[in-house]
Amino acid sequence: MAKTDLFQSPDYYQIDELLTDEHKLVRNSVREWVKREVSPIIEEYAQRAEFPKHLIKGLAEIGAFGPYIPQEYGGGGLDQISYGLIMQEIERGDSGIRSTASVQSSLVMYPIYTYGSDEQRKKYLPKLATGEWMGCFGLTEPNFGSNPGGMLTNIKDKGDHVVLNGSKMWISNAPFADIAVVWAKDEEGVIRGLIVERGMKGFSTPETHGKWSLRASATGELVFDNVKVPKENILPNVKGLKGPLGCLNSARYGIAWGAIGAAMDCYDTALRYSKERIQFGKPIGAFQLQQKKLAEMITEITKAQLLAWRLGVLKNENRATPQQISMAKRNNVNMALEITRDARQMLGGMGITGEYPIMRHMMNLESVITYEGTHDIHLLITGMDVTGLNAFGG
Amino acid sequence: MKVLVCISSVPDTTTKINFTPDNKSFVTQGVQFIINPYDEIALTRALELTEKDGGTVTVINVGDATTEPVIRKALAVGATDAVRVNAGPRDAFFVARQIAGYASNQNFDLILCGRESIDYNGAQVPAMIAELLGIPSVSVCKKLEIAGKTAIAEREIEGGKEIVECPLPMVVSASEGMAEPRIPNMRGIMSARTKPLAVVEPVDTPKNIEVIIYDKPKPRSEVKLIAPDKVEELVDLLHTQARVI
Ligand SMILES: Cc1cc2nc3c(=O)[nH]c(=O)nc-3n(C[C@H](O)[C@H](O)[C@H](O)COP(=O)(O)OP(=O)(O)OC[C@H]3O[C@@H](n4cnc5c(N)ncnc54)[C@H](O)[C@@H]3O)c2cc1C
Repeated sequence: MAKTDLFQSPDYYQIDELLTDEHKLVRNSVREWVKREVSPIIEEYAQRAEFPKHLIKGLAEIGAFGPYIPQEYGGGGLDQISYGLIMQEIERGDSGIRSTASVQSSLVMYPIYTYGSDEQRKKYLPKLATGEWMGCFGLTEPNFGSNPGGMLTNIKDKGDHVVLNGSKMWISNAPFADIAVVWAKDEEGVIRGLIVERGMKGFSTPETHGKWSLRASATGELVFDNVKVPKENILPNVKGLKGPLGCLNSARYGIAWGAIGAAMDCYDTALRYSKERIQFGKPIGAFQLQQKKLAEMITEITKAQLLAWRLGVLKNENRATPQQISMAKRNNVNMALEITRDARQMLGGMGITGEYPIMRHMMNLESVITYEGTHDIHLLITGMDVTGLNAFGG
Repeated sequence: MKVLVCISSVPDTTTKINFTPDNKSFVTQGVQFIINPYDEIALTRALELTEKDGGTVTVINVGDATTEPVIRKALAVGATDAVRVNAGPRDAFFVARQIAGYASNQNFDLILCGRESIDYNGAQVPAMIAELLGIPSVSVCKKLEIAGKTAIAEREIEGGKEIVECPLPMVVSASEGMAEPRIPNMRGIMSARTKPLAVVEPVDTPKNIEVIIYDKPKPRSEVKLIAPDKVEELVDLLHTQARVI
């Protein structure tokens, strides 16, 4: 039988006082929803390596799809801190479910809203907001991950349409997506974004199996074999790598919040366990070695919360730089991953089982620390920002 | 149908309770407040009934401005509008007077409350409202159906249940089972921004009850484990230390 989710969120610095009543209402609603809908089933789906598709409708209703997209296009019209809090709460449940929401919001709705024509916005955004259509984002290729500018996927101009060839790898939501926002080079080598629809001839999305991470999220390839894409499916208002990078900024921002959710869940689990588990006649929480872990966890979570909140304020004012976002993504995901490892040890043998969420979070975060710019790449971004010197090579 | 739902703002169920040094009031700092869970059940049932048969749901709260987040949540869940009586909810009679005062000229068909608030657990307000308004009341109901101008309510009683019929208008207090509380969705939260929340001033009410002191239960004493084969020792301790045998 599914266990009751006893989660209580830590707020060591009364950061709640920095939030508006509406922020708290949004957050608490998503938290309730996760407790009711995600926690009871997620372990089973992760064990089976299956995406719980039935959650899509609920995700849409609680506002996980395009919360900051204006209401006239079906979005929530909320601010960036609300978006962050939604991601935090969903990832508290599972990074895979958060990934689906991130992709739909920041990598599919965001580019259509920001770079799309008004016809494209009207055609796609309302259906994406309700989850009637799901989207995916194709940037990474088998030979171009950290260096997406080298991509080989390409389009050739054929008058009223273009012909798309190439392949994308590691694409979240690909196996069930109705549309894909795909980045490809035109004949001049300029990166363009286009909306590819399921059913277009020559377009297929084989699923990637055997993952030990994000098992409750579906990942796949996008294969384009002479796919005819009408020209009205090209995103008119962006050219070059700044197109996909703009999307990644938005998604990375959400991940900086999301990771806090995973960390809080592990901390909360370990804290509760440490008070209940008796060894040598005492609760293990009474031992200094275990207290060190808990004290460091709550310290790191508190720092990460403040970082995310401040970044949210800057983002609301349109002042957050990509480099600031990199710092938060890198710091917070790494913080979360380290907490999962300490928390797992605190639970001893129980920590490796699906009875507790920790091992699942830990494995999930191995993807989170890699996608949307690896841990190393974000460090290079900060390094370049402070020195003015490029250490990426190439 | 015009329904009034009384909601109180109570500390979250996981709150650690502390009192001021004089032990006369509850310390609210750092405490998360929620809609009283029984009131949330009442609210949900009110929404279900009006969604089915048409109507409006007004929520009323007696409290200072700090209770507004809880009222907004009720609006986000689906209430039509809200009223806040601008005063601290001093005692049950005070609250009942304010609610009855507001409801007296509003022609509500039904007033729904929770069976009790989970903070002070007085369970007096619903019946007092009914009494002040001179209308019937049925308390602690697990089910509520409305047919025209009549309510059918089901109550749990020792060893069984009681089903009662009562003409509207009336007051009903809700218990577990009447409805499953809802989580506000994004649309609800957005529309709650602009739903009317009226603030009215309280009516004078005599103060009959004074809290002298709040006292927390004694902390539980330590547990002493005795090996299963040491029955003698157990009997001895029960006799000499616990002094129960
Ligand atoms: C579960 C999952 C879901 C994903 N979802 C999507 C998606 O929806 N859409 C999408 O487009 N992509 C997606 N990705 C792809 C992800 O963004 C890439 O995996 C990531 O960008 C890294 O690329 P790579 O795997 O090719 O690693 P590589 O780029 O080959 O990197 C390998 C290692 O080399 C390091 N490295 C690379 N360059 C440098 C350098 N200059 N200096 C120092 N170190 C360097 C990296 O930090 C890393 O440690 C997903 C990945 C995963 C695992």
